[in-house]
Amino acid sequence: MRDLLAAIDALRERLQEVPQADDRRLQDLKTEVLGRKGGALTKILAAVPKLAPAERKAAGAAANALKREFEEAFAAHERTLKAGAGVARELDLTMPGRAQWRGGLHLVTQVVDEICEIFHELGFTRAVGPEAETERYNFTALNFPKDHPAMDAQDSFYLGGDVLLRTHTSPVQIRTLERYPPPIRVVIPGQVYRRDPFDASHSPVFEQIEGLAVDEGITFVDFKATLTAFARRFFTADTRVRFRPSFFPFTEPSAEMDVQCQICKGTGCATCKQTGWMEILGSGMVHPAVLENCGLDSERYTGFAWGMGPHRIAMTRHGIPDIRLLFESDMRFLAQFAGGTR
Amino acid sequence: MIVSRRWLEALLGRPLDAAAVAECLTMHTAAVDTVTPIHQDLRDVLVARVLEVKRHPNADRLTLCLVDAGPGRGGPVEVVCGAPNVQAGKTYPYAPVGAVLPGGVTLERKKIRGVESNGMLCSARELGLGEDHAGILELETDAAPGTRLLDAVPLGDHQIAIDVPANRPDLLCHKGVARELAAVLGGTVKLPPIPGAGGAAPAGGDAALGGLRRAPSAREGGAARAAEPGVAAGPSGPAIVGAVDGVEVRLEDPEGAPRYMIAVIRGVTVAPSPRWLADRLSSVGQRPINNVVDATNYVLFELNQPLHAFDLAKLRGPAVVVRRARAREKIVTLDGVERTLTAEMTAICDAERPTIVAGVMGSSESEVSEGTRDLVLECAYFQPTRIRRTRRALELSSESSYRFERGIDLLGMPDALRRAVELITAVAGGELREPPLDLWPQPVQEKTIFLRPEGVSRLLGIAVERSEIERLLSSVGFFVAPKDDRLAVQVPGWRPDVTREVDLVEEVARLRGYDAFPDELRPYRPGTVPDAPVERAKSHMREQLARAGFFEARTVPLGPPDGPEAVAVVNPISSEETHLRTRLLPGLVRRVEHNWANRNRDIRLFEIGTAFRWTAGETGGKGLPEERTRVAAVLTGARHPPHWREGAKVPDMDLWDLKHHFELAVGLACPAARVQVAAGKTGWEAVTATGEAVGWAGALQADAPVWAAPLFGLEVDLAAESGVGAPLAYRPLPVHPPVERDLALVLPAGVTAVAVADVLRRAAGALLERVEVFDEYQGPGIPTGHRSVAWHCTFRDPARTLREQEVEQALERALRSLEDELGVRRRAG
Repeated sequence: MRDLLAAIDALRERLQEVPQADDRRLQDLKTEVLGRKGGALTKILAAVPKLAPAERKAAGAAANALKREFEEAFAAHERTLKAGAGVARELDLTMPGRAQWRGGLHLVTQVVDEICEIFHELGFTRAVGPEAETERYNFTALNFPKDHPAMDAQDSFYLGGDVLLRTHTSPVQIRTLERYPPPIRVVIPGQVYRRDPFDASHSPVFEQIEGLAVDEGITFVDFKATLTAFARRFFTADTRVRFRPSFFPFTEPSAEMDVQCQICKGTGCATCKQTGWMEILGSGMVHPAVLENCGLDSERYTGFAWGMGPHRIAMTRHGIPDIRLLFESDMRFLAQFAGGTR
Repeated sequence: MIVSRRWLEALLGRPLDAAAVAECLTMHTAAVDTVTPIHQDLRDVLVARVLEVKRHPNADRLTLCLVDAGPGRGGPVEVVCGAPNVQAGKTYPYAPVGAVLPGGVTLERKKIRGVESNGMLCSARELGLGEDHAGILELETDAAPGTRLLDAVPLGDHQIAIDVPANRPDLLCHKGVARELAAVLGGTVKLPPIPGAGGAAPAGGDAALGGLRRAPSAREGGAARAAEPGVAAGPSGPAIVGAVDGVEVRLEDPEGAPRYMIAVIRGVTVAPSPRWLADRLSSVGQRPINNVVDATNYVLFELNQPLHAFDLAKLRGPAVVVRRARAREKIVTLDGVERTLTAEMTAICDAERPTIVAGVMGSSESEVSEGTRDLVLECAYFQPTRIRRTRRALELSSESSYRFERGIDLLGMPDALRRAVELITAVAGGELREPPLDLWPQPVQEKTIFLRPEGVSRLLGIAVERSEIERLLSSVGFFVAPKDDRLAVQVPGWRPDVTREVDLVEEVARLRGYDAFPDELRPYRPGTVPDAPVERAKSHMREQLARAGFFEARTVPLGPPDGPEAVAVVNPISSEETHLRTRLLPGLVRRVEHNWANRNRDIRLFEIGTAFRWTAGETGGKGLPEERTRVAAVLTGARHPPHWREGAKVPDMDLWDLKHHFELAVGLACPAARVQVAAGKTGWEAVTATGEAVGWAGALQADAPVWAAPLFGLEVDLAAESGVGAPLAYRPLPVHPPVERDLALVLPAGVTAVAVADVLRRAAGALLERVEVFDEYQGPGIPTGHRSVAWHCTFRDPARTLREQEVEQALERALRSLEDELGVRRRAG
C-alpha cells in the first residue's frame, strides 16, 4: 500500500514535464504514463484491486485523481501546441495569415447609401419608380415645354411611342406626389439614361439621387438649410457651400449647389478648373406648375427638390479619372473600395 | 456664349475686372465656365519711337533704325528693319531681344547682313493682330517709349464664357450681359457710339427712323393699297403684303414669322471692316468677313438680333416672300450643301425660289459679295419651335438658329434694325431711302404680371421690403407699378422666360443673391411615404453576397437582344447596345471576360438591377415594359485564397459552391420559392408555389482563356417583400441530449439523395431532427451503377431523453420504407 502511494506521488512529479514537451515528447509521455501496456499509471491502477479492501478505496481515489490530472494536462498542452502559441517551437510569426475571400459593395452603391443615410437622418425616406417611363412623367408633368432647347440636355433612348428610358429620377417626384399626400419627404435613388456614348466623363447610364420635400410653409431658407446640412455631413463639417442661379423647368427659383473643392480645399486646382468649387447638385423650389400637374394647390403647398449624380460625386471625392472604371467591374478596382470609402 | 470684357466695358462706360465679372455673373445670373485672357502673348512687346532711319550698309531694302525703347537700355538701340513704311518720329511695337512673340518664338540677338539688330519692329501679322504684313504697325499713342504695348493700346481683353441656360436668350448678347452687371455692380447700359456715324445712337424709341410703317393687324383687316402694307390672299392663306424701296414683301406664313421687317440700303461698298469692328468680332472668336456681314454679326452679338443681309441684285422680282417651304424644295446653303426642305419649314424666297432657310442659314446665291451695291436687310422674329424642328431636321445649326430657337426680343426689333442700318451705312456707306417695312399682323405688347409682395416672403422665407422688390426688378428692365396691394410688373420683350409670379420671385432671389439667405435648419413635419421595401431587400441581398465573397458590379443594362421578349431601343447609339437586358447574367459574363482579359482568374461578381421585357399585350408602343428587380452572381476560380500551409494549389469552385450560393440567394430573394433540379439537369431552378420559375443556376458558356476555371452563374428575382413579412419566432433551444447515428445506404441508379432524405424523414418520424449527407462512394464493394451515400442522422425528443431502443425502432421503420419504396438498402459491413 505504502509503495503504491509513493509510486503515485513519484508519478505526480512527472506532471511538470508535460508543459515542456514538444509534439513528439508529448506522445511519448502519454504512452509512458497512460499507455495501455506498460504505462506507469496503468500499472498502478491495475495494482489497486489487489490491495486489501480497506486500502483499496483511498488508493483507487488517489490513482484516479492523478489520471484525471494527467489527462487534463495532456489535453491542455495539446491545445497549446495546436494553437501554435509558438512558445515551444520556433514559428515564424511574420508568415501570412490564412484568408477567406472577401467581397464588397460597389463604390457607387456605397456613395448612394451614404447619401440616403444622411437624408434619412433629415427625415427623408426612399422612394423608387420605373426606369422606362412615358413622356408625361419624364417631361410634360415636370413642366418641360415641348420642343424647347431645355430638352437638348435630355437626349433620350426611346422604346417606342412615347415610352422612353427616363433621363432623370424626377418622374418619381410626380409618381410620389400623385400617390401620397403631403407632407412629402423622399429621396429617390435610381438609374437614369442619356443618349451619350461612353467617354471618360459620360456614360449612357448612370445613377442619380433625386430629393423632394413638399408641405405647407416650406421656403427657400428650408431648402438651403437642408442641402447645406447634407453637404457638411457628406463632406466635412467645415466645408464651404454656395448656391447660385440655374435653370430647370421643374424648379423656380432654380439653383446649383457647389461645395468647396475637396482636392485643393478651395485654392484652385485642375479638378475644379481653378474655381475652387465643385458642382454637386441641381436644385430649387418646386415649380408651382409641377404641383398643379399633380393636383396639388400651389397656393397652399410649396416645396424643394434636387438631383445629384453619385457617379460624378464618387469620381470627384475619390479621384477617379474615368467613369468607365465604374462600369468595367475589374476585380482589382472593386477590391480597392470593398472595405469602405474612408 | 463668349463675351468680351472690353465690349462690356464699352456698354457700361466703366472699366471691369474680368474675375469680378465672372463672380458676379456666376452668383447672380449664370455660371461662367472660363475666363481667358487674349493677346497676353504680347506682354513682352513695348512701345518704341524711331529716332532716326539710315540706309543699311549691305542691303538696299533694309534700313538701320535708331530706336528709343525707353529707359534702362543705356540709350537708344539699333534695330535692322525691312519695312518700307518705317519713318523717323513715329511709334511702333518693338520686341526686345529675349521677348517671346505669339507662337512662342523667343527673339534672339542676331546679325542681319553683317549688322547686329537689337530686337525687332513688328508688323500686325507678327503680333497676331491681323493679316497685314506689308509694313510694320504704326501706333497712334501718346504713351512714353518703353510702355508695354498692352498698357498703351486697347488690345488686352478677356473672353468670358458664360454657360447660358436655355431659358435666358437675353444673355446671348453683350447688352443683356451688361444689363445684369449694371444691376449688381451699378451703372447704366448705353450703346456705344458708332465711329463714323453721326453722334451717339439713340438709346431707344421708335422715332429715330422717322416712324416705321407698321402693317395693320390681319384681324383688323386693314385696307390693302398698292405700295402700302395690306392683306392679300396668298397661296397659303392670308398674306401680309408691303413694299419698301421697290421691293415687294409678302408675309405668307405669319405663324412661322410673326414679325418681319425689311430695310433696303442702296449704294453700299463691300470691303473689309474697319479695324475697330474687326477687333470687336475677333474678341469673341468670330472671323471678320466683310463690312456688311460684320455689321450684322456685330448687332447679333450686341443686341441678340440675328439679321440677314442679301444682295438685292440677285433677288428675282425683286420680291421677298416669306412662306412655308414646299416639300422637297431644294436650296444650297452657305456651307455649300444642298438641302431638301419640307412643308414644316419656313423659307424666305424671292419671286421664284427659296433664298434662305428662315432663321437658320441663307443660300450662297443670294449672299452679299464684293460687287453688291444694294442690300436687302432682314430683321425677323421666327417662331422658336419651328426653327428648332427645322434645325433638327436639317441637322444644321447657326448662331441665328440658336437664338431664334430660344426666342428673341420681339419688341426690340426696330431698335436692332435701326442700329444695324446705322452701322452698315457708317462702315459700308449707302443710304436708306425709305423707312423699313414692318410686317406684324398681330402686334403684342409687354406682358404684365401681378406680384404680391407677401408671396415673395412666403416662398423665400425672409421678408423682402416692397421697395427692395421694386428696385431689384427695375434694375434688370422690368417696369414696376403699384396696383392696389400688388405690384403690376411689365415684362420686357427680352425675357420670354418670365411668365408667372414665381418667375419674378426668382428674379428677386437671384438679384439679392442666394448667398444672402440664411441656412438654418427649422423643424419639419415627417413625411407620409414609407421607406421603399425593395431598397431594403436590395441592401440585405448586397450585404449577404458581399459577406460570401462577391464583389458588386454595375453594368450597362443595354446589350444585344437576349431573348424574344427583349425590349428594343428605337434609337440606339451603338450596334452592340440595341436592347435592354431581360436577364443580368449575360452582362456579368461580359464583365468576367473583361476580367479574364486583365488576367484575373478568381472572379466573384454580383449585380442587383432591373431587367426589362415586353409581356403579352405590351409589345411596344403601348404601355410600359415590365421591370423586375433581379440579382445575379457569377463565380469562377479558386475556392479560397491560397495559403502556404496548404501549398499553392487551391481547388477551384465547382457546381456545389454554386448550389450553396444559389440556395442562400433564393432563400433571401424569394423565400417562398423552392430550389429544384432544372429540366434537362442543366442546373437548378427556383420555383414558386404556383410553378413560376423565378431563378436559375448552372454552368455558363463564355469566351474563356485556357487557364480559366469553370464559370458558374445564378440569377433570381428579388421580391420587394422579401425583407418584410412576419417577425421570426424564437424556437426553444434543446435541453435534452441527441442520439446520433451514421447510416451508409446503397442507392440504385436513378434514386436521388433528396428522395432518400424525404423517405427517411417521413418514416423515422418527428424524432429525426436532422439528416445530413457526409459521404458518397462508388467502387469495390458496391454493385455497378449503384452508389453508397452516407448520412448523419440526429434524433432528439424535445421533451425528454431518448432511449436507444426508440431510435433503433425509428431506424428500422425508415430502412424498411427505403427498401420498399426506393430499393435502397443499408450498406453491408
